[in-house]
Amino acid sequence: MSEYHLPPYARTMGMEIDHVEDGAPVIAMDYAERVQGRPGFLHGGAIGGLLEMAAHAALRAELQRQGSDSRIKPVNISIEYLRGGVQERTFARGEVIRAGRRVANVRVEAWQGDRTKLVASSWMNFLLAPPKD
Amino acid sequence: MSKDDKAAGLMKTIMPEGFVFDPERGARWFTRAGHTGFLGMEYHDHGSDWIELALPWREDLVGVEETGVLASGPIISLLDNATSMSVWTRQGTFNPQVTLDLRIDYVRAATPGKTVIARAECYQVRRSMAFVRGIAHEGDLTDPIAHTAGIFMLVSSEGWSKP
Repeated sequence: MSEYHLPPYARTMGMEIDHVEDGAPVIAMDYAERVQGRPGFLHGGAIGGLLEMAAHAALRAELQRQGSDSRIKPVNISIEYLRGGVQERTFARGEVIRAGRRVANVRVEAWQGDRTKLVASSWMNFLLAPPKD
Repeated sequence: MSKDDKAAGLMKTIMPEGFVFDPERGARWFTRAGHTGFLGMEYHDHGSDWIELALPWREDLVGVEETGVLASGPIISLLDNATSMSVWTRQGTFNPQVTLDLRIDYVRAATPGKTVIARAECYQVRRSMAFVRGIAHEGDLTDPIAHTAGIFMLVSSEGWSKP
């Protein structure tokens, strides 16, 4: 997974690969003013962006294991916000539920200090397309 | 001054006596700092129960380096903010609220270099929840980039923010 590069948006937001867990990267994002929503709390959109990066990274890792270099296009995402994100480092990890020929379904969770207290939970669907020449 | 006093003071600054939520002023205030300010969100337009916010394209917010297509993260943020402000626009007042859930369908990729506009509408407010929907587009509502639907929980101002 060391060759996986986060896109410009993720780097701008201060996201990085913290470690790899059971084949899926855990993406981390430090608290800073750039991720703040209402004073003292993470912005829902910043959490959403982190969830998407973790889903994307988990799917890319799974496709690599399958020997596929398909292109990945996000189709939709549904996010449940479970508790306010506080001024701490936030983590997210995706779990590929199914990666078929045309569609992949990924579950993603975000948490802070306590892994059992989720900040957000979501599912995301992707369209898989053959690589362009 | 205690944190609660500071929070109450902030609420009074936002909402003095007889306060009417002005979507244009409100949007400018809410996009001046933090995540919204960092992304460069701007007020665009509003009606009685809808508001439009804009997000100019920026190279450092790109999701696919080779194509220059904007990442979907900033589009989530834009739709989250616009739908949130549509509630205050409909109500004519500011009430503390938090996002319960948000679903986004990406209909097509954003055009590299183009400003994304989010048009959000609050179509129902109940005692504890506000229901919203929205479209992200590039100037033509019939050719959207994304659709969204979500729910905000109306909450007490106590502990809502930690200034």
